[in-house]
Amino acid sequence: MAERVDRAVLDVSKLPTVGFGMHSITWWGIMGMMAIEGMVFLLMIASYFYLHSRSVEWPPDRNPPDLFWGTLNLGLFLVSIIPNEWYRRRARKGDLRAVRLGLVILSLFGIANVVVRYFELWHLNTDWSIDAYGSAVWTLMGLHVLHLLTDLIDTLVLTTLFFTTLVEGKRFQDAEENAAYWYFVVGFWVPIYLVIYWAPRWLHA
Amino acid sequence: MITTSVGCQTELTDAERLQAAQLDRVWQEPAGFIGWFKAVHHTTIGRRYFFTALLFFLLAGLLAGAMRLQLAFPEAHFLSNDKYNQIFTMHGSTMMFLFAVPMMFETFSVYLVPLMVGTRNIAFPRLNAYSYYLYAFGGLMFYIAFVCNTGADRGWFSYVPLAGPDYGPGKRPDFWAQLITFTEVSALAVAVETIVTVFRLRAPGMSLNRIPIFVWGQVVVAFMVIFALPGVVLSSTMLLLDRTCSTQFFNPAVGGDVLLFQHLFWWFGHPEVYLIFIPGTAIVSTIVTTFSRRHVFGYLVLVLAMVATGFMAFGLWVHHMFATGIPQIAESYFTAASMMIAIPTGAQIFCWIATMATGKVVLRTPLWWVIGFFFVFVMGGMTGIFVASVPVDLQVHDTYFVVAHFHYVLIGGAVFPLFGAITYWFPKLTGRMMSEKLGQLSFWLFFVGFNVTFFPMHLVGLRGMPRRVYTYPPNMGWTQLNQIESLGYILLFLSVCILLWNMFKSARSGAIAGPNPWNAGTLEWATTSPPPCYNFLHLPTVNGREAIWDATPNQPVVVGLDEDARSFLTTRTLDAEPDGRDEFPSPSIWPFLAAVATSLAFIGSIFTPWGITIGAIPVAITMIAWFWPKRQPAERRRAREIWQSE
Repeated sequence: MAERVDRAVLDVSKLPTVGFGMHSITWWGIMGMMAIEGMVFLLMIASYFYLHSRSVEWPPDRNPPDLFWGTLNLGLFLVSIIPNEWYRRRARKGDLRAVRLGLVILSLFGIANVVVRYFELWHLNTDWSIDAYGSAVWTLMGLHVLHLLTDLIDTLVLTTLFFTTLVEGKRFQDAEENAAYWYFVVGFWVPIYLVIYWAPRWLHA
Repeated sequence: MITTSVGCQTELTDAERLQAAQLDRVWQEPAGFIGWFKAVHHTTIGRRYFFTALLFFLLAGLLAGAMRLQLAFPEAHFLSNDKYNQIFTMHGSTMMFLFAVPMMFETFSVYLVPLMVGTRNIAFPRLNAYSYYLYAFGGLMFYIAFVCNTGADRGWFSYVPLAGPDYGPGKRPDFWAQLITFTEVSALAVAVETIVTVFRLRAPGMSLNRIPIFVWGQVVVAFMVIFALPGVVLSSTMLLLDRTCSTQFFNPAVGGDVLLFQHLFWWFGHPEVYLIFIPGTAIVSTIVTTFSRRHVFGYLVLVLAMVATGFMAFGLWVHHMFATGIPQIAESYFTAASMMIAIPTGAQIFCWIATMATGKVVLRTPLWWVIGFFFVFVMGGMTGIFVASVPVDLQVHDTYFVVAHFHYVLIGGAVFPLFGAITYWFPKLTGRMMSEKLGQLSFWLFFVGFNVTFFPMHLVGLRGMPRRVYTYPPNMGWTQLNQIESLGYILLFLSVCILLWNMFKSARSGAIAGPNPWNAGTLEWATTSPPPCYNFLHLPTVNGREAIWDATPNQPVVVGLDEDARSFLTTRTLDAEPDGRDEFPSPSIWPFLAAVATSLAFIGSIFTPWGITIGAIPVAITMIAWFWPKRQPAERRRAREIWQSE
């Protein structure tokens, strides 16, 4: 019994409880989700080109999607990176005011993206049920809409939370990771934009 | 003879007893009926995964019995052709999606990985509970549909156009597609939990080169799940969209292509086979090590072999499509790639043989199952070389030869190790040993029964009997072989009954196991059997590949975690040096409610596209409630916060 009292120990009581990036386990979880969803995007893009390889004309007898709204959304997405990166860095410092402001700005960007996305859908110049081209365009777009909406709801909830008294270190981790996820949504819009709007133009030529 | 030598370790000092009582208060699962739905501990959820997957295994086994009865006699009318189509589809889909993956990956990862890496729960325990409920609801939905004569009937891979809107009327293929959605969400969630648990929650000292091989296997599988399952996510979604929203992915009249389905499906489907048997080989490595009484031979080779198999799995999918008229150059490539799989698998087998040959082998039931695995799995690998070559494949495609091949690799690669694993880890789950006599009996019955059932399928396949026929004329020369197969089924049935009886009886009156009845070296044996709700009284540190065997006489334990909360230690990915402290979420009803909402959305979308859009609202509400923090813990954490210095 006596030797149990002197048992060698590894004291961890001074280790941090709030860490960011690789030090946060939710960050790893988000990375896992991105890997899964990114793979779905990649396979859907591959399917788009597979279907193209099986077709004579692409898009078949109609115009490719109108450029204006999609390009506008691309611009909005790219501009949103600036406040996104700003509040992500401030979150790591525990700057409550900056994170609140950043989350509000990003919520507004998210709403604007959704509104523009609505007009985008009206200017795809195809229906999903006409042929495989239409199905592929709508599904690719639908996948991105799903991510946009999920991220928007997530951001709105987190913004609300940041105006309550429940804020603690973990919530700053959430804010930092919410910004990281927004990069994923923006980052995948670039190739999807190119596929939906430019691939038909380039492939047609 | 293995004896229990650790009785003295249960003697605790007064201070330890107080500590245990405190941990017990904090970690206890909620009581009562409602409490059942709030449980979040990995041992609770792991047990549920086990029993649910076992139940589906038995159901699918009974369906196999119905098929064997039907095929025992030519032109039999025990089952109609329509019922037979449903039964073989239900059998295959259940075995693959509701038994094999949930058992070999989810059950083992959820129950064992946190114990083996020496932590107190799995990462994201609420997500873990959610994943279980989704899996259970998916299986329930699938079988309710079957009982209502709406069972899937287009084969376990549900090819278009047969399952498409033109040739698959009714709702049968839709239930299949949504079964896939349920099970894939659950497997993907567990994949992320597993990776994060292993990369961040390991005991200090368990650097990458000391991770138990079993855990390595589950990590490789988790990565494969992440990159493979999106294939079937897309193919089954496209199928559902074609059927309910009039998209045209698979309609060749307007630019669609049926082979797109096969490409996406097998992008998933081939890795699927490996993500069933890699846990099997990882179990074999574990059992061989313990019962050879030495560190495994060729640790690095074994780990790299599993990683290599994981990578190669993604370069083989077209070998399932040799008969679809793809270009010959592709066929040659995929033949070569398929044969290459023999290299890492062969390397693993040589390592096991070397471990056993140079160790002191203790021949107990778990090891018998492993020896059975060697024989059956190698046989399956041999016929794999046959079907990997295009001319042979074209000859035997869609015959019983293929059925024989994949039962040899899947039952050999998964069920034999599984039954070994059940015998091996049963004492950990229940605190009692299984009967050795009954264990040996069920092994021999299963081994003989398996070969009697499936070996003749090679022959009947070579004689031209196609898969998926509900009957055959008497003059084909198939009758006798089919009757032998059906007799073999009786042996398999008896063997499984004895195994179940053994589990049932041993759980009540088996010999008391103690913490480490096999004198094994991995950390799950360093705690009591069954483990307490906090897993380890003293969080361990690790000094070698076999944590218990290699521990120093005074191996340090971790102190300094808050004991009034569900605290855990995070460590660095490569060297497992302590990195930070964190807190697991408390039990909650919301994961269950979120799973109910998600299930309603999935099932609703079988009948109308609005199922997903309107169904998403309750999903969002329940998930927000799940995420929303509670005041008291938030204040406690805030008061004690230490921020990482940048």
